[in-house]
Amino acid sequence: MRIKPRIEQKIAQSVLMFFTFIAVLVLVFILAVILKNGLPQLSLEFLSRNPADMGREGGILSTIVATIYLTIIALLVATPLGVGTAIYLTEYTVENRITRIIRFGAECLAGIPSIIFGLFGFILFVNRLKFGWSILSGGLTLAFMVLPTIIRTSEEAIKAVPASYRLVSFSLGSTRWQTVTKVVLPSAIPGIITGIILSIGRSIGETAAVIFTAGSALRMPTSLFSSSRSMAVHFYILAREGISMSKAYGTAAVLVIAILIVNLITYYLMERYIKHRS
Amino acid sequence: MKTTGITVRNFSHYYGQHQSLKNLNLDVYRNEILGIIGPAKSGKSTFLTCLNRLNDLIPGSRVEGKILIDNQDIYQPDVDVVALRRKLGLVFATPVPLPTTIYENVVYGVRLLGKNNHQELDDIVEDSLEKAGLWNEVKDRLKTSALKLSGGQQQRLCLARVLALKPEYIMLDEPTSGLDPISTMKIEDSLRILKNDFTIILVTNNTKQAARIADRTAFFLMGELIEIDETAIIFTRPSDERTEAYLQGKFG
Repeated sequence: MRIKPRIEQKIAQSVLMFFTFIAVLVLVFILAVILKNGLPQLSLEFLSRNPADMGREGGILSTIVATIYLTIIALLVATPLGVGTAIYLTEYTVENRITRIIRFGAECLAGIPSIIFGLFGFILFVNRLKFGWSILSGGLTLAFMVLPTIIRTSEEAIKAVPASYRLVSFSLGSTRWQTVTKVVLPSAIPGIITGIILSIGRSIGETAAVIFTAGSALRMPTSLFSSSRSMAVHFYILAREGISMSKAYGTAAVLVIAILIVNLITYYLMERYIKHRS
Repeated sequence: MKTTGITVRNFSHYYGQHQSLKNLNLDVYRNEILGIIGPAKSGKSTFLTCLNRLNDLIPGSRVEGKILIDNQDIYQPDVDVVALRRKLGLVFATPVPLPTTIYENVVYGVRLLGKNNHQELDDIVEDSLEKAGLWNEVKDRLKTSALKLSGGQQQRLCLARVLALKPEYIMLDEPTSGLDPISTMKIEDSLRILKNDFTIILVTNNTKQAARIADRTAFFLMGELIEIDETAIIFTRPSDERTEAYLQGKFG
């Protein structure tokens, strides 16, 4: 027996709507639990004081600062490397076996669990290069962890710039580098920024790679070589060791809100940039 | 007395194994409009990109033979390709304004040379848009997006952008193929005036356009130059029957 296309369409629509509903429900549920338990913990004191008594008392200021430092180092290193690689692969090379291998390698890297990056960072930065458990080791490890994401998204953004723009630019007497800086990158920036936002989110929320490389000291970081604890690691330790569930939820709420704020600000800036250009 | 600007001798072009231009021999005179007609895929556009070496950018592109422009062999290794492309401005079939303002589009090529003097740039913008027949329509909104212009205006903007480079040759690749008759007329009017100062090579899929404005016309077919002569002769008594058949609309 055949179902009438019109009824079939109705059923499909209902099923798809149901799936969407479930997906949204899960997200809302997660957010609700975190915010319901976490928001009551938030106070100026929680944000402005360092943890005391292993995190049972006080706030989370040092972990906020550590998270910011780690993320900044990761992006300062990964953005030029990633965007540069993407430009080189798309603009300066012809698609061949070697570029395909590089691209495949980057994709594989993107799929590696972060704890493996943590182990790699531990061996290379902490031990071999003797940076110790430090902001520097953690930031560099995060940089390598987000590098594939930045390469991929930048590459896609650069490829999406119409080939005709490049032809026009060349025909008007520009060098390849001038074409890259004056035509390709300005058009690709929104896409590249998207990759960077994703990377910020991953850096802020990363636990496994950081705990191995930045350590978990609760002191306020004073230099690149300070061992320090990020918010995500702090949350993990508070919850895992049953130190204080309420402080853990408070930390989680700050994490979620921080990611939200980063996203909002970047999208706002991007809107303005796109408007300004068109 | 005609001065020869471009000399093409035994010139062939290949995309990989495919030969797209076959042993071309022709001259382009200074201050003429040379029309190039022929059916699709006959090598007309490829010929233009060989003249400014834009074909360098296409992987697998290869040439044989010689092209002399003002007595310089442009395929010698020491040729400054960037300077060559400025000397032979190219207007594409589809108008492609860069995603910025009208003003910035016109000065794009000029800025690449490091010129940043406001007065100088302003003058170039006015002069180029004037010559392209667009100044009066856009002079009050130079700082607005070029993407908001109509198709015909965009194509004249592209012409202005080329003129701003102060080229010696202007090559146009089916510049009016997507335009309405009035926009087409405006571009043709501009070209008639421009030929006093420039040498113009006009590829067109509209034979009537060649008849209207070209001094001489070349007929390309499957990568070969079938014939080249005064436009009046090509259109009234061509020497090759294939030219006649094409002009009568029997193929193409």
